[in-house]
Amino acid sequence: MGIVSAPPPLPQPRGPVSEMVTASLRAEPGSAKPLPSFDDVCGDDVQLALYLCYELHYRGFDGVDDGWEWDPDLVAARGALERGFEDRLRDELGTVPGSAEQIGRMLAPSDGDGSPSGFLRDEGKPWQIQEYLAARSLYHLKEADPQTWAIPRTHGDAQSALVALQYDEYGGGRPERVHARLFADMMSAWDLDPAYGAQVEAAPWQAMAVVNLMSLFGLHRAHRGALLGQFARAEIGSSPSSRRLVEAFRRHDVAEAGYRFYSEHVEADAVHDQLVRRGVLDALLRDEPELEADVAFGLAASGYVDDALAGQLLGNWERGRSGLRESPRLISR
Amino acid sequence: MSGSEPADVTLPQGRGPILVRGPVTVRLPDGSVVTSERPTVALCTCLLSERYPFCDTSHRRHVRSAK
Repeated sequence: MGIVSAPPPLPQPRGPVSEMVTASLRAEPGSAKPLPSFDDVCGDDVQLALYLCYELHYRGFDGVDDGWEWDPDLVAARGALERGFEDRLRDELGTVPGSAEQIGRMLAPSDGDGSPSGFLRDEGKPWQIQEYLAARSLYHLKEADPQTWAIPRTHGDAQSALVALQYDEYGGGRPERVHARLFADMMSAWDLDPAYGAQVEAAPWQAMAVVNLMSLFGLHRAHRGALLGQFARAEIGSSPSSRRLVEAFRRHDVAEAGYRFYSEHVEADAVHDQLVRRGVLDALLRDEPELEADVAFGLAASGYVDDALAGQLLGNWERGRSGLRESPRLISR
Repeated sequence: MSGSEPADVTLPQGRGPILVRGPVTVRLPDGSVVTSERPTVALCTCLLSERYPFCDTSHRRHVRSAK
């Protein structure tokens, strides 16, 4: 199955920065190449470089020494890229509203118009559903993993609520219900290769930025507030968008496994919406009120990268074009 | 879990679902019975849910129209 496949191959570099990372990773730890100068942090080259650095903390890559994860020179290079990414996000966002105000807006009912789920519901073709799943697979095949890094960094009520939530994400003790596995099963039902990392070559930078932001927040304790802000935003929006995607997918001739992931999320994330706001965020901000600004940043920054991916997909789909870099990888039958 | 423990129920602040520690068995007015094995179950109170008796966040429409 997709979620227990071997480490993926190293992706092809997309420019000098990702080339520096892949060239380093092919050698032994301790021999990192120098980081070239970079400016376009919201682009394929830098986002892939960040993605490569972060994946060392999840599954690594086939043929790459696991010792690279904490190689000081590579960690330093990653830090420079991260600062560039975070600075860019803060520039783009400017002053962000407080967390309560942002969440209040997110709770406003929406019919999904202008979102990928709304587009797929109204006029989605099977190839566009495949592209959506391929782009989202970078996160959903490790669903909940980045947020798990918040567990040892929260305490008391917030930690207890977070663990209860994550237990559900990981299937409540039933391997066949692990959300990442439901996503892999759904990919298979749409003829997509569900192997971990199989869709990275096809993924545009926006798809990597979505998951890079979670990894950035997850790997820095200083950003535990932002990580939980990002998590809250995902959980608040998920139930309605999942309902639209169930409708979108069922319009086509697909087995139940081809929409079960989203069907599960209609109910699961209605619960998680409550738990993450009332159980996790309320407790976190009561116990550590100084995290408010970081929570607000996480909410806003995750909205920015989600919107970037939505714009990339919709902007191309509306012109009948692919929103990916290449065709998604299909199952070899 | 011990069957003798009292049920753990959280009422909503304003509109929203009732949260119940799962698993739960829900008896509906028409005599049918549904179950949920989630660790926490959100029960619809606005009657708008398409997944009734379970919440699907449809109360957000209710919240907006009520204001």
